[in-house]
Amino acid sequence: MLLEITGLDAHYGRIRALSSVDVAVGEGELVAIVGANGAGKTTLLRTLSGVHPASAGTIRFDGGDITRLSAHARVAAGIVQVPEGRQLFGPLSVEDNLRLGAFRRRHRPEEDLGRVYAMFPALGQRRRQPAGTLSGGQQQMVAMGRALMANPRLLLLDEPSMGLAPLLVAEIFKAVQALKEQGTTILLVEQNATAALAIADRAYVLETGSVTLRGTGAALLADEGVRQAYLGL
Amino acid sequence: MAEFLQYLVTGVTIGSIYALAALGFAIVYNASHVINFAQGEFIMIGGMATATLTAAGVPLPLAILAGIAGAMLVGVLIAKFAVERARNASVVTLIIITIGASIFLRGLAEVVWGKEFHRLDSFSGNAPLMLGGAVVTTQSLWVLGVTAALILATGLFFNRTMAGKAMLATSHNRLAAQLVGVNVRHVVLAAFALSAALGAMGGAVVAPITYSYTEMGIMLGLKGFAAAALGGLGNGVGAVAGGLIVGIAESLSAGYISSAYKDAVAFVIIVAVLVFMPGGLFGRAGTERV
Ligand SMILES: Nc1ncnc2c1ncn2[C@@H]1O[C@H](COP(=O)(O)OP(=O)(O)OP(=O)(O)O)[C@@H](O)[C@H]1O
Ligand SMILES: [Mg+2]
Repeated sequence: MLLEITGLDAHYGRIRALSSVDVAVGEGELVAIVGANGAGKTTLLRTLSGVHPASAGTIRFDGGDITRLSAHARVAAGIVQVPEGRQLFGPLSVEDNLRLGAFRRRHRPEEDLGRVYAMFPALGQRRRQPAGTLSGGQQQMVAMGRALMANPRLLLLDEPSMGLAPLLVAEIFKAVQALKEQGTTILLVEQNATAALAIADRAYVLETGSVTLRGTGAALLADEGVRQAYLGL
Repeated sequence: MAEFLQYLVTGVTIGSIYALAALGFAIVYNASHVINFAQGEFIMIGGMATATLTAAGVPLPLAILAGIAGAMLVGVLIAKFAVERARNASVVTLIIITIGASIFLRGLAEVVWGKEFHRLDSFSGNAPLMLGGAVVTTQSLWVLGVTAALILATGLFFNRTMAGKAMLATSHNRLAAQLVGVNVRHVVLAAFALSAALGAMGGAVVAPITYSYTEMGIMLGLKGFAAAALGGLGNGVGAVAGGLIVGIAESLSAGYISSAYKDAVAFVIIVAVLVFMPGGLFGRAGTERV
C-alpha cells in the first residue's frame, strides 16, 4: 500500500474529529471518502497533509512513518492536496499560482505548465489574470493545476465539485478520471457520493469521525444503507 | 521657492529612511501579522556598527556589511526566540514582545557602544551641490540612491523570484502556502532578516547626517510605523509613499511652523490614520503587491 493510516485520531481542542480511522490507498488506486457534513473528511485530509496534528495513530507513506513530518516535507515526498474551497493565492496571477505549485521541485516547470494548460485550456487564456477574479469552475481548475505542478504521487482532493454548476461538475470528474487513467493515485473526498462512488475503485464511509463502512465503489453504490443515507435514493 | 525646495530635499532625504523602515514593517507584517516595534533598532544597529567600525579603522563597505549582517542576525533571533515561541499569542502580546526586544537591544547597545554620539564622515566628500537654489549634500544623494536601489531590489525580489513569490503567497494564504510546500517558518525568519537588512542599510547611509547614538532608532522606527500605517499596513508601495509623505510633511512643518512641532507631525498622522482611514491611504495588503 502506498498510504496506510492506522488508528488515527485528531482533535480540535477537546472536540474529537477523528477516532481510530484506518484507511489504505494502493498505488494507482482511486479511493473515495464519503460522509455527511462535519463527518471529519476535511480533518482527515488536513492531518494527512500535516497542517493539522494527529493526536494518535500512524500514517505510513511509501513504507515510511510520516506521522510527525512537517507539511512542506510531505509535499516534497509527493503528498499534495487540493483543499476545500480552493484556497488560491487570489491576488497573484493564474500562472504564479501554478508555478508556486512546483515550489518544492528543482527543475524548471515549463513542461508541466504546458500540460496543465492543455488539460484546462480556459486557464491558458487567463494566465496573467489574478486567480481571484476567475469563475468558481476556473478557480477549481487552478487549484487542481497547482497541485499537479507538484507532480504528486498521492493526490488528495477535498470536494472538488463543491459549489459548481452541473456541467462543470461533470468536467471536474472527467479530469479526475483522466488523472487516474494516467496512473495518479487519488484520495477523493466528496459529498456528491453518487459521482464519487461511480469512479472509485474502493471507498470508505466516514460518520462522526469513524469509518463505518468500506468496500468497492460499486458495492457501496449498491448498498441499501448508503443509498438511503448518502445518495438520497 | 528655493526655501521650499530646500525643505523638500531635506524631507525626501529623511523620508527615504522612514520609507525603508516602513517597508520593513510591511514585510514582517505580511509574513507574520506582527508589528515589529524593534524595526527602529535595526536602523540603530546599522548606524552604530558602521560609525564605530569605521572609527576603528575598518573600511566603510565592510563596516556597512557587518552592520547589516549583525542586524539580520538580531532580526532572526527576535523571530525565532520571541515571536515564534509566542505563535499562538494575541497580536497585542506579540507587539509587547517586540517592544520588549527593542528596549533590550537599546540596553545592550549602550553596554557595547556607550551613550555618546558617534560621528561618521560623509561617504564621498563634503562639497554640496546646488539644485535650483537648494543645497543638496552628497550624503543626501547617497541616501536617495541607496534607498531607490533597495526599493527596486525588494520589488524585483517579490515579483520576479520564486522565493519572493512564496513569501507573498504566504501572506495571502498561509494554509495554501503550506500545501504547496512552502516552509512558512522560514518565511517569517526571512521576513525579519530582510526587514533588518533594509533598516540597517538605511541606518548606515543616514548616520553621517544624523550622527548615531543608541536611541536613534526610537524616533526613526516610530516614524517608519507612521509611514507604514499611512500607506496601509502590509502594502509595500504604500509604505514607500508613506515614508516620503511623512518626511516631507515633517520637514515643511519644521520649516514653516516651528521645528518644535517636527516630531509631532508623525504622531498626528498616526492618530489621523487610525481614526479616519484605518486602511491607510492605499488600502491594506491583500489586494496589493509588496
Ligand atoms: N477549526 C475547527 N475548530 C473546531 N472544530 C472544527 C474545526 N474544523 C472542523 N471542526 C469540527 O470537526 C468536525 C469535522 O469537521 P470536518 O471539516 O473535518 O468535516 P467534513 O466532513 O469535511 O465536513 P464538510 O462536508 O462540511 O466539509 C466537525 O464537527 C466540525 O465542526
Ligand atoms: Mg470538508
